[in-house]
Amino acid sequence: MTDRDQVVALIPRLRRYARALVGDPGGADDLVQDTLERALGKFHLWKPGTDLRAWLFAVMHNVYVNQLRRRRESAAFDEETMEIPVRAAQDGALAARDLQRGLERLPAEQLEVLLLVVLEDMSYQEVATALGVPIGTVMSRLSRARDKLRLAMEGTTLSGRLQVIK
Amino acid sequence: MSESRIPEADLQAYVDGRLAEPRRAEVEAELGAQSDLAEQVAAYRAHKEALRAAFQPVLEEPTPVRLLDATRSQRPRSWAMAAAVVWAVLGGVAGWAVSEAYRPTQQAARVEVPLPQRAAIAHAVYAPEVRHPVEVGADQEAHLVAWLSKRLGAPLRAPKLESVGYRLMGGRLLPGESGPVAHFMYQCEKGTRVTLYVRTEGPDHGETAFRYADEGNVRVFYWVDRKIGYALSSADISRERLYGVATAVYQQLNP
Repeated sequence: MTDRDQVVALIPRLRRYARALVGDPGGADDLVQDTLERALGKFHLWKPGTDLRAWLFAVMHNVYVNQLRRRRESAAFDEETMEIPVRAAQDGALAARDLQRGLERLPAEQLEVLLLVVLEDMSYQEVATALGVPIGTVMSRLSRARDKLRLAMEGTTLSGRLQVIK
Repeated sequence: MSESRIPEADLQAYVDGRLAEPRRAEVEAELGAQSDLAEQVAAYRAHKEALRAAFQPVLEEPTPVRLLDATRSQRPRSWAMAAAVVWAVLGGVAGWAVSEAYRPTQQAARVEVPLPQRAAIAHAVYAPEVRHPVEVGADQEAHLVAWLSKRLGAPLRAPKLESVGYRLMGGRLLPGESGPVAHFMYQCEKGTRVTLYVRTEGPDHGETAFRYADEGNVRVFYWVDRKIGYALSSADISRERLYGVATAVYQQLNP
């Protein structure tokens, strides 16, 4: 298996993660594309024999953080935020829409941790390495992410901020 | 009364099945005595399952061609041809090369300069113009193209887009961040307009594949090829339709 084959084999997982992270499929694939291009340009930095998946997710994290930063700078005028009441999930049923809405509530850094743990089944140490933060930070972000998701899904009185892009 | 003696990290590790014995059994016993905490853990696990189930289908989707292309080479030129039209790097101006001596040492920054934002702003400003949409009209196309080519220092062409329903109205010179920008405007029979924003990119910019950006209510397809950045903008037509026009631009510039 060549290096390229290994990378190609990991694309579905990068896409899954990006889809959950970004939300819209086109934007998610843009993130994956940017990640692959960046990874290829810096492929000499990957040490053969080490975990390629962890490295690619680390690259994606950097690309994503840069995207967020640029978007915040360029979109500051177009966004308005409003408070919305949270609808209670019925009978504890986990409707996909509620789930999506719950995810949208999470700050990016908490969402990243949650998704790497849940979707990628990474160890906490692997997450810490991929995101470049101490493991204690991973644990506290994970804990906050789960709490927040639970509150959002269970329809507490906490209201979140929904960003409306005009 | 129900003060938890389970550290937060242990609780998370329990949820994720990453707690070793005997600690796992201790936490489990603790949860048996604290129903609210047990409920919390059950909710965390349910969300975990729901998340996995919700995104599982993505793993089974076929990988988009553009992503496969992105893994092929650091020099997009080599795969652009083979990758056929659709997601290929868009070629633009033939035979124009930046002096190698001018190449700086910094790393390729790709399209980190906000080409689509710039283009969208220009579109939003000029496309609604009724009386002065362009500086030089299509009736003087040869002059327009020669003038803009001279100012940008690169041989430009105004693509002919009649095949996709758009007719050249003309163009204008705009100030860009690092120099002059050529701006071509096209109109369809119904009066919708698309604009093509063309600028020279720094020598450290690699070529890029088709990209798409939503800039407010302006949709933009953009790409960089042979040191020229192109951005096609519209506020009126769908992404798919705009994609069709962008493809036509590419084919026009790469006969």
